[in-house]
Amino acid sequence: MNASPARFLLVVVGLAAALAPLWALESFHLFQLTLAVIMSLAVLGLNIVTGYNGQISLGHGAFFAIGAYVTSILMVQADWSFYATLPFAAAICGMVGYAVGLPALRLGGLYLALVTFSLAVAVPQLLKHKALEAWTGGVQGLFLMKPDPPRWLTSLLPLNADQYMYLNVLIVSGICFLLAWNLIRGRIGRALMATRDHPTAAEAMGMDIAALKTGAFAVSAMITGVAGALSAVAVEFVAPDSFTFLLSITFFVGMVVGGVASILGSIFGGLFVLFVPNIAESISRAAPGVIYGMILIVFLFVLPEGFAGLVRRILARLSPRGN
Amino acid sequence: MTISRRLLLAGSAGALAAPNIAAAQEAPGVTATEIHIGSTNALSGPVSSYSVISRCLEAMFKRLNDAGGVGGRRVKFTVYDDAYQPPRTLEQTRRLVERDRVAFLFNQLGTPTNSAVHRYVNQRSVPHLFLATGADKWANPREFPWTMGWQPSYRVEAQIYTKYVLEQRPNAKIALLYQNDDFGRDYLHGVQDVLKDRFRSMVVTATNEATDPTIDSQIVQLQATGADVLICGVVPRFAAQAIRRVHDIGWRPMMFMTNVSVSVGVVMQPAGVEKGVGLITSDYRKDQSDPAWAQDAGMNEWRDFMRRYVPDGDLGDNNYTYGYGAGTTMIQVLRQCGNDFSRENVMNQARNIKPMDVATLLPGIKVQTQPDNYNVIRQMQLQRWNGQSWERFGNVIEGAG
Repeated sequence: MNASPARFLLVVVGLAAALAPLWALESFHLFQLTLAVIMSLAVLGLNIVTGYNGQISLGHGAFFAIGAYVTSILMVQADWSFYATLPFAAAICGMVGYAVGLPALRLGGLYLALVTFSLAVAVPQLLKHKALEAWTGGVQGLFLMKPDPPRWLTSLLPLNADQYMYLNVLIVSGICFLLAWNLIRGRIGRALMATRDHPTAAEAMGMDIAALKTGAFAVSAMITGVAGALSAVAVEFVAPDSFTFLLSITFFVGMVVGGVASILGSIFGGLFVLFVPNIAESISRAAPGVIYGMILIVFLFVLPEGFAGLVRRILARLSPRGN
Repeated sequence: MTISRRLLLAGSAGALAAPNIAAAQEAPGVTATEIHIGSTNALSGPVSSYSVISRCLEAMFKRLNDAGGVGGRRVKFTVYDDAYQPPRTLEQTRRLVERDRVAFLFNQLGTPTNSAVHRYVNQRSVPHLFLATGADKWANPREFPWTMGWQPSYRVEAQIYTKYVLEQRPNAKIALLYQNDDFGRDYLHGVQDVLKDRFRSMVVTATNEATDPTIDSQIVQLQATGADVLICGVVPRFAAQAIRRVHDIGWRPMMFMTNVSVSVGVVMQPAGVEKGVGLITSDYRKDQSDPAWAQDAGMNEWRDFMRRYVPDGDLGDNNYTYGYGAGTTMIQVLRQCGNDFSRENVMNQARNIKPMDVATLLPGIKVQTQPDNYNVIRQMQLQRWNGQSWERFGNVIEGAG
């Protein structure tokens, strides 16, 4: 209870840090930051199933794609408002995630990684398929529009479309992070981690492993799907080529660099996967991939537990009760 | 306060007195000494073999700068990596336009990638010139006046085949086999463009899916219609099958194959070199391996450029002849601009290129634009398979665009 004012201060500082870019950054950087926040949200989704529940997924790009396409199809073909599509994108991704979670009950570790990998490889091709083309727009993809800031808001705060988009992404992501935080810190979160660390013991204590595993997949897919929906609107374009297998790996990299099983780490992971390739490119245009790889290796050596591990160590040292 | 106001007044008076300087300073990406041009390419990722195009263009701008630049200014060419991912293309394009404030965009690679920025650049009125993609949608000046492709589209290619058919066999019955996707449908549209009302009576069509195991049944079905001309818009694997099957069932139509699928090693040899004799396709570039161009002035110009500016470049890679052509076109537009490199004027010059020859294009094939026609290259020359190699024949044919 003593920590309460300190935590309140932390929340205020965090909010200020999140909102400051609205005015501090020019359009392009704000757009980049918007994408980074979206990436963080996608990494958070992956972290729930892989970090907290120990089920390796190399297929979260597929959920991201499905979320993006559900929102795009509803907006373009059915003329829905962006906000109305979000619950649908989340629900459909949750269902797909649940279905993917079923084989996960029988397959573990590397085998599960391969199953999810096949999902990531299959989805872009399915999106191109003739049967779906009337909805998905085939190879050409779909174009959509960012929502404009509503009149009542612009009269209070002069925001342009980019700033408004950032605000939307921030609010939706903030809610998702908060929900994930509560989930992880509660009974279910402990059960997820117990299942990861010692499934036999967890089962002996009366936990329903099957329900936990499929549930983790569903929640995880839902969060990554919402990130996909946000990205579709932020980029204003979806095409099968936007969701190649590489995207799933990008999330995975973000998760490991940020910190496996860490909510804060997800934020850092999202920032890393968006900004570091640009830094790598500014160092060497001839071989950006090599530089990116080197930065990655250095990170893994210096911060073996990811960014979150570093924060944890610093906090442990600062804390008076430090161990 | 007073001082700054006075300064402001003096400043604006100065600006008014020197309209030329003011105009030059207002144009984004243009200073008294420099023009900044932006591009994106797949410098990393699965299609990074195309990144040599950017290397070629960089070398061309270096040659231009060595020779004194254009309009008294040096060209600065910035290429960012998008790894062929459309969201990255948008990010990098916004970086070029909003942060680097480039004058305009040139030769960005890819169809899905350029699609992602198509509306953005047109909303912002940024010239989006001479894109490295063969899709037909870039030549749409009414809806997207700031975007322009360069190479002949698949649609133009199909128009050219159809025009040749009409000239040779006015009463032909045409069989059209195309892949059921955007690539294949460009061929359908091209044939429709030329035949218009006659399309229904003259053409029978069959489609294949990229995932089909074979296209034998489509070939047999088309033969049964009694067609005497066959136009194929299919990828290399099916091209080889089609050539072999048509020959094996004893059908002898006048047969056209998309120039995507005419590689000797990948298509003609697997099909059987003798089975493809008489097959017709088209091209617009000089093939650097063809001995006919060994002493050609244009190709010598290109070889000289390669030797001096891209000494380690692979002379067998035709991305370099492509890049040389696109770069030549861009430099021509810059020269036409005179001293006004505003976005309006760059676009205005880009849509008013008088027919011009380019060193690496076949003789007679011109680069040209008009305000209502953005098909920069709209002519091709036919070539026929003689059992060993492709032989050009006949005149350059212009599409119907």
